Amino acid sequence: MNVWQFVLQNHTEVAELTLEHIWLVGISILLAVAVGIPLGILITRWPAANKPVLGTANIIQTIPSLALFGFLLPAPWIGARADRLAIFALTLYALLPLIRNTYAGIRAVDPAIVEAGRGMGLTDRQLLFQVELPLALGVIIAGIRVATVLLIGLATIAAAIGAGGLGEYIFRGLAMVNNAVILAGAIPAAAMALLADASLGWLQRRLTPHAA
Amino acid sequence: MDPADTRPVIEFSNVAYRLNGRADILENLNLEIHRGETLVLLGRSGSGKTTTLKLINALLYPTAGEIRIDGRTIQQWDIIRLRRTIGYVIQETGLFPHFTIERNIGLVPRVENWPADRIRARVRELLRLVGLDPQIASRYPRELSGGQRQRVGVARALAADPPILLMDEPFGALDPLTRAELQREFLKLQTALKKTVVFVTHDLHEALLLGNRIALMEAGRLVTLQTRDEFLTSKEPLVVAYKNAFDLNSNKREQA
Repeated sequence: MNVWQFVLQNHTEVAELTLEHIWLVGISILLAVAVGIPLGILITRWPAANKPVLGTANIIQTIPSLALFGFLLPAPWIGARADRLAIFALTLYALLPLIRNTYAGIRAVDPAIVEAGRGMGLTDRQLLFQVELPLALGVIIAGIRVATVLLIGLATIAAAIGAGGLGEYIFRGLAMVNNAVILAGAIPAAAMALLADASLGWLQRRLTPHAA
Repeated sequence: MDPADTRPVIEFSNVAYRLNGRADILENLNLEIHRGETLVLLGRSGSGKTTTLKLINALLYPTAGEIRIDGRTIQQWDIIRLRRTIGYVIQETGLFPHFTIERNIGLVPRVENWPADRIRARVRELLRLVGLDPQIASRYPRELSGGQRQRVGVARALAADPPILLMDEPFGALDPLTRAELQREFLKLQTALKKTVVFVTHDLHEALLLGNRIALMEAGRLVTLQTRDEFLTSKEPLVVAYKNAFDLNSNKREQA
């Protein structure tokens, strides 16, 4: 049986696992945006926090994902449900690109423009929301793009702890030594990553302000 | 501000600015700037003229001494309020690239909560005042020439009608023809508006053309403060050196 026959025969399950995959990645990205962008802003305002925050996010990124899922299993509340644990771990992985790009994007805004704004009497808040964030938006979206593509791949591993998603087919296919089943998980995941990359890339170009 | 008030608008008393470890960037500066005059800070790069300017709108704080704006020390001012009563024009304008010309010029009125139609009318008025077609209001800074952008920079600084204007080499990056044009228009504008202007430049021609008084700075110190006429006849060595550099020592060049 080849992969197409397998997908056709199991189309409802494929669709379910795909949706589950999108859900795991989507929720994790939203959480990472909600935490990572404020943290990235914070370290532009409070340079002493810069090294510890980026360092921690960096270290998290270096932990092998299977090991991180394993570490978190005994954690209270988080480890109680597989999907909760998977989302928590995926969110941690997405933090680094988000914090780093928010920080770098704001730091890359022309200091003359920021100083002009300050000299005109903009408050720190007005400067942030009207000048710095809009000008850093392209770089921040690039961070979301990197994080999304990364998580779509990583989320397949969440199936190892029973969190579902397209990784189910990959692990099942490995156990059955059946390439068609592996590909039924791998091909939709790869397509999803390409689609996310292209659409967020488009958004990034749309929202990058042109230099003066 | 009361126009009959004869106190200096800006007053530096024994002001110093140091960065830890480095030599004084500015030392013992005493300076009074009067209502309606254009005071030029002249000097080479690193002489402390831009630092002096940034001390006025509190982008920098003095490490010693006292600065008074309109009789109040910087510490007594609400800094945001202070900056909004001072127009600020810098080289290459610092226009916001993601804002249209209209939003750039209308920024301070907008954060001051002016009604939208009043802002729109003010932007049109200012564009005409600086010699631009009000139709460019919907364009972005990148779509304008350097000279046009600099005019927009001046319009933006004038938006909320601030009594004080700080200009940091505003025409420095322009080609000579455009620069001469903008200098002429600045004179015209200044005759009409009578702002208190502090103008930074390293160009002696510009200083003599625009300034009522010229403060010559060197290595963080005010060397001399003279009116334009005094400056032309001055025997002060650094003034003479400046005039030599710009071929302005009249007797020397006549026969050439």
